[in-house]
Amino acid sequence: MTTTQAAPRPGTTAAQTEPAVRMRGLLKRYGGRAVVDGLDLEVARGEVFALLGPNGAGKTTTIEILEGVRKRDGGEVRVLGVDPAVGGRAWRARLGVVSQGEGAAQELSVREILDHFAGYHATPRPTAELIAAVGLEEKAGTRVSRLSGGQRRRLAVALGVQGRPELVFLDEPTTGMDPVARRQFWELIRGLRADGATVLLTTHYLDEAAELADRVGVVAEGRLVDVAPPGELGAELRRAATVRWTEDGAVREVRTESPAAVLRDLLAGPGDVPGLTVTRPTLEDVYLSLVAAASTARTAAEGDPR
Amino acid sequence: MTATTLQEPGPVERARWAATDALTVAGRDVAHWRRRPGAVLVGALFPVLLLLMFAYLLGGGMVVPGGGDYRDFLVPGMFVLAMVFGVEATMTAVVTDTARGITDRFRSLPMAPSAVVAGRCLADMASSVLGLTVLVAAALAVGWRPAGPGSALAAVGLLLLLRLAFLWIGIYLGLLVRDPSGVMAVQILVWPFAFLSNVFVAASALPGWLATLAEWNPVAGTVTAVRELLGSPTGDGGGWATEHATLLAVAWPVVLTVVFAALSVRRFQRLSA
Repeated sequence: MTTTQAAPRPGTTAAQTEPAVRMRGLLKRYGGRAVVDGLDLEVARGEVFALLGPNGAGKTTTIEILEGVRKRDGGEVRVLGVDPAVGGRAWRARLGVVSQGEGAAQELSVREILDHFAGYHATPRPTAELIAAVGLEEKAGTRVSRLSGGQRRRLAVALGVQGRPELVFLDEPTTGMDPVARRQFWELIRGLRADGATVLLTTHYLDEAAELADRVGVVAEGRLVDVAPPGELGAELRRAATVRWTEDGAVREVRTESPAAVLRDLLAGPGDVPGLTVTRPTLEDVYLSLVAAASTARTAAEGDPR
Repeated sequence: MTATTLQEPGPVERARWAATDALTVAGRDVAHWRRRPGAVLVGALFPVLLLLMFAYLLGGGMVVPGGGDYRDFLVPGMFVLAMVFGVEATMTAVVTDTARGITDRFRSLPMAPSAVVAGRCLADMASSVLGLTVLVAAALAVGWRPAGPGSALAAVGLLLLLRLAFLWIGIYLGLLVRDPSGVMAVQILVWPFAFLSNVFVAASALPGWLATLAEWNPVAGTVTAVRELLGSPTGDGGGWATEHATLLAVAWPVVLTVVFAALSVRRFQRLSA
C-alpha cells in the first residue's frame, strides 16, 4: 500500500515535475553486509521529506550516496536529474549538505567561517542574513571552539544553505539542540520550503518529523518499510484502537477496529465505567511497530536455510 | 536525459576554478595562523632551539671527518631536518580536517576535487618558507655564512623539493591513520630516522652497515648537496651515494612525491567507498 509517488505541486513547470530525488533498488554493502538493501524512494520538488529509522538503518549511507560523497553498489539513482556518482561542479552547486558531527574550523569565528566558505559559492547568501536565519547573532564573533553543540549544529545548517541550494540534505540536524533552538530550526526549514527548496532530512525525533515533513519514510534494515504523510503512517496499525477500563479492581483491555461498538456495550450496563479510555496508536507506537516488524523479518530471512 | 540542462565548464574554466579553489583552501590555513600565532611560532622556533642545542651543548665534542667547523657542518643538516619536521605539520592538518568533518564538507561543495590537497600544498609550502627564513636568520646569528647567493638559492630549491616529498608523505599518513595519536608516533619516529642519516654526524663516522644505511637515507643526498652548495664541510666518506649527492637530492624527493601522491589519491578516493 506504500505510495512513493507524490503528486506534482500546483504551479510547477514541466522541467520541475521530475522528482528532486528518485532511487530504485539502492544497494550498499560494507564487508558483505547490506546496509542499504534495495531502497526505493522518490522525493518531489518542493517537498520536505523526513527519513526516520533506528541507528544503523542505513539513513546516513543513503544520504551520502545521494550527496555524491559515497559510492553505491547497485540500483538507479537520480538527484535533480543527475546520477550523483558522476555529478559535477554545477550539480553540486545546486545541493546543500548538512552532515552529522561537523565541527568546522575550530579557531575561526562564526562570521569568519561563513565568510570563508562563501568563497566556494557563485552567489552565496550574505553572511549577516545567514547568521540571523540560524539565530547566531550574539555568537557571530565567537570562535567555533567556544560554541555549544547545538550552536555548532546551527552553524552547520547555515553552511549547508549558504549556496542557495535547490535541494538540502540534513542528516540529524537538530541532534544536541535545546527545545528553543529546535523550534528556531523548524522555522528555518519552513523558510527554505517557502523559498521553493526541497528538503530531505533524517531525524530520530518523531515530533520533528510530524511537525516538518510532508511525508515520512521509515527505514529499517536498509529498506523502506513505509512512506506516508506523518498522520497516515502505518494506516493499518492505526485503525486498531485500544479500549481500557477498570472492572472489579482489574484493568480490562480490548483491541478493536470498531471501538464505538465496544463502548456502546460497556455504557449500556447499569453502573459507572471507571478508568474508561480509548486510545489510538501514536506516531511513536506506529514507528516502533514498523521497525520491530522489519527487524523480525530480517532475522527470519537470515535464519532461513535457502 | 542526464546533464543536458547543466552547464559543466570547459577545461580552461575548470583550471581557473581549481586554482581559485586551492587559494581559498590555503587561505583558511592563513586565517588560522593569524588566530594562533603561538602555534606557528613554536613550529618555527623548535628547529632554532635544536640548532642552538647541537651547536653549543653537543657541538664541542663533535669532530667533522676531513676537517671543518662542526657548526658549519650542522647548519645545512638542520635546514633539512626542518623540512622533515614538516611531515608532522601536514599530517596533523590532514588528520584534524578529517576528524572535524571539514574534508567531508569540502567534498560536498561545488569545488575542484584537487583543491583540498592543492590548498594543503600551498599553505604548507608557505609555512615552510617562513620557517626556513627564521632558521636561516638564526644560523646567521650564530655566525654561519653561506658561500654565495646563486648556490644558496639552489640549496633552497633542493630543500623545498624535499619538503614537497614530505608533504605528500604527510598527506598520505594523515589519510591513513585518521587518528591524532598516530601523529605522535610519527613525531617519535622522525628522530631515529634523522639520526640514521648525515644530518648530525657524517655518515663516514658511523660504523659499517649503519654508514651505508645513513648514506642511502632519503634525506642524505639533500644534506650533502646543500652542504656543497653552501660551502660547508661535508664530512664526505667518498661512497657512490655521497659522490652522486645532487642526483640523489633530486631523485629521492621526486620518487617519494610520485609514490605518495599516487597513494594519497587512492586513499582519498577510498573516502567515498
